[in-house]
Amino acid sequence: MSALLEIRDLSVALPLPAGTLHAVREVDLTLDRGQSIGIVGESGSGKSMTALALMRLLPRGARHGATRLAFDGVDLASLSDAGFAREIAGPRIGMIFQEPMTSLNPVYTIGRQMTEGAVSRGMLSAPDARRKALDLLDRVGIPDPETRFGQFPHQMSGGQRQRVMIAMTLMLDPELLIADEPTTALDVTVQAQILDLLDDLRRERDMATILISHDLAVVAERTDSVAVMYGGQVIEQGAADDVLHRPAHPYTQSLLHAIPQVGGTPARLSAIPGTVPSLTRPPTACVFAPRCDHRRAECVAQRPPTRTGASGHAWRCVLETPPRSGRGAEPLRAPPTAANADIVLAARDVRQVYTTRKAMFAAKREIVALDGVSIDLHRGETLALIGESGSGKSTLARILLGLAEPTSGEVTMLGRPVAALSPVERASFVQPVFQDPYSSLNPRRRLSEIIERPLWLRGEHDAAKRKAAVDEAMDHVRLPKRLLHSYPSQLSGGQRQRVAIARALVTRPEALVCDEPTSALDVSVQAQILNLLDDLRAEMGLTCLIITHDMAVVHQVADRVAVMLEGRIVEEGPAQRVLASPESAYTARLLAAAPRFEAVPDRLEVAQ
Amino acid sequence: MTDIDATFAAADAADETATLTPGQVFRRRMFGHTGFLIGAGLIALIALVAIFAPLLAPHDPFAQSLSTRMLPPAWVDGGTWDHIFGTDQNGRDYLSRLIYGTRVSITIGIGAATIGLLIGVTLGVLAGYFGGWVDHGISFLLTAQLALPGLLLAMALVFIIGPSIWVVIGIVGVLHWTYYLVVTRSATQRIRNLDFVAAAAASGANPRQIIWHEILPNLFSSIIVIFTFELGIAILAESSLSFLGVGIQPPTPSWGLMIAEGKQAMFYRPWLVILPGVCLFLLVIGANLMGDGLRDITSPEGRNE
Repeated sequence: MSALLEIRDLSVALPLPAGTLHAVREVDLTLDRGQSIGIVGESGSGKSMTALALMRLLPRGARHGATRLAFDGVDLASLSDAGFAREIAGPRIGMIFQEPMTSLNPVYTIGRQMTEGAVSRGMLSAPDARRKALDLLDRVGIPDPETRFGQFPHQMSGGQRQRVMIAMTLMLDPELLIADEPTTALDVTVQAQILDLLDDLRRERDMATILISHDLAVVAERTDSVAVMYGGQVIEQGAADDVLHRPAHPYTQSLLHAIPQVGGTPARLSAIPGTVPSLTRPPTACVFAPRCDHRRAECVAQRPPTRTGASGHAWRCVLETPPRSGRGAEPLRAPPTAANADIVLAARDVRQVYTTRKAMFAAKREIVALDGVSIDLHRGETLALIGESGSGKSTLARILLGLAEPTSGEVTMLGRPVAALSPVERASFVQPVFQDPYSSLNPRRRLSEIIERPLWLRGEHDAAKRKAAVDEAMDHVRLPKRLLHSYPSQLSGGQRQRVAIARALVTRPEALVCDEPTSALDVSVQAQILNLLDDLRAEMGLTCLIITHDMAVVHQVADRVAVMLEGRIVEEGPAQRVLASPESAYTARLLAAAPRFEAVPDRLEVAQ
Repeated sequence: MTDIDATFAAADAADETATLTPGQVFRRRMFGHTGFLIGAGLIALIALVAIFAPLLAPHDPFAQSLSTRMLPPAWVDGGTWDHIFGTDQNGRDYLSRLIYGTRVSITIGIGAATIGLLIGVTLGVLAGYFGGWVDHGISFLLTAQLALPGLLLAMALVFIIGPSIWVVIGIVGVLHWTYYLVVTRSATQRIRNLDFVAAAAASGANPRQIIWHEILPNLFSSIIVIFTFELGIAILAESSLSFLGVGIQPPTPSWGLMIAEGKQAMFYRPWLVILPGVCLFLLVIGANLMGDGLRDITSPEGRNE
């Protein structure tokens, strides 16, 4: 039997003002019926473009070409766009997207959106379609499908919408399902459920799946084979077990080592230096060479050959035998904090209630965001605040920063109530680092202006002193001076996050409140930032509050953990203890849902 | 920190613009932007004509000569090279009137669009930033303004105050701030919730500093686009008022007034309308091209580079 999907030498090019961007190059993929493949890569690696090219959903102006693009023996290139939309997209290949909040049309009911495709194609009559939709809603785990059928998307949570999306895709019984980051926008506990659902459905229906993700751990657990993409090319491909446990390409190895682990003693992460390359020039060398630890002269002189191992394991590298590199065993630099250090930032019985009205004269509704939260931050420690979306952790962060006033309760900084402090005093004590490095920097200001602004606001009008402080802050976050006059748009995500940290540090605050500082970043960049936070704690004795949803990040950086659920703190204690033996059921559930993969042999060697 | 130094070695090759000074980047973008060069060239030309009108005009724009009324332009049968663009209903030299009319049109266009900008942007930013009752109040003002018949109100006001160029500028400006308000209000609402505003607040910035330093620079590109658009609208509004007899008073030459006067003879003397129409078109298109160009040049991403 021939393969269900066969892609040979696929390339995608995007014309940009600065030149043509070769987003995908020479990608070969083969997928059999009922099989699953994971495509993994950091942002900009071309993984989504590969799927979009297959579905003919590329952005306007993009060109793609392939020597062979066949689905079930049918040459896709020979189909017109209309023919493709009629024959293939939907009934044979289904696709679900990352953002469940925007992938359903808000003005139509769930039922109408689900049945529309099948009915308009004449595949099912309206009553049959309805019956099938109800069955599928039930199957994907939507309780009370009869009621849900008539509801609108805004009446459902993100996880439920993603389930509806899956059910909608299954209405036409596709033979191949492409899931492009299906769980990235969802909470950890929901993520696990959705991935399990996809996996079950694949087995049940003998449906092939392509799972695209930036998260190696997600892919490791759920797919038969894995393709690792970097710089638009598949640099390593093979059975999931081989690629994840016996990685052959230096990039795959470094990527695996950059992921923080939930178990063991936290050590420095082996960050991959540098950033993802720009893809405007045709490759004359190995795409990973500039960031590779094992770089040789041949790497930059020629393109690496494809090497093959057992059972279809293939990688592109100059080295004949895979290099053996262990996880860096360097311990963390920051010293452990003394248990009895004084309290620098504290919240007592903080309650935050929002009142909303639907219309000007409608009755008031109260939403309790925080319900009697008390928390202490000791000098020099890192406290991690974890919880899922809606648990109130960001609200608490705003209150601790003094950006919002709680409805009741008190926040004290160094023993003084925050209300008694002037904004400038408050600013020189605690500073924020936000999640999204794309919205936390003013796009109209140069880096030098952004970083020196807090000094100016504090009343430092001596330009030379400001300049000296900016230079020092740039050094702290390891940003080169030549970027001083750049705009944020010229920087990568990781560089922007460094700028945000530099701005926070320029006034030499005692505490940082970091709201999901790495969740918008790629794994290799996350490792750089987490190491940077470790350095800063060691050098400046910073006190940090880190808000996160990622258990592995908690394990990596935190001394203590506080777990939040629905506006309350349900568990608090030393990080090691909470992660090893959680007391509350909710913490245990969070821990169980966190994706993890342990048995990387050389990693175990290091741990022993 | 050897590993981190290597971090940026890879990025080095990619961004060459980072090595140029801001001034160099600005000049390079400016001279690389054809639209901006054409637009700025047109505007500069029109501004020079306005300034040096007495030197450029071949005749006195107010001198009437009833024996040479409605002469056609020189390139049409019956035209003379003495009056290159012909003469109007009162036998005044059309070219001279167009040249002097530049002064009025530019003054009114820029003046009125600026007044509208100051009112609209101030209200829009306040409404968007503070929200709540401030927003309700300003939105009410907007609704009230939109509900009023603008031209009628302008006529009434001019009638009460008395016509003069400054009154026309003031009134046209006061009646054209709604676009600024709508656009800046929604943009401010969006920007206000971005993290860099929270970061500024966390650094102790007060609302005035946040508005000036964080929000206004991000509104710049939309404001420029509306300004160039309102510039044309204001000149046309002046011509409507002049046409109705409450705008610029004859014999002062203005393009709008000339179109209005020429309308009576439009079907057998079309150039009376076409010539000032072309001037108006060049001014508006110049302003638009320059505005779009400025937006591209000053935006950090440097679109259309």
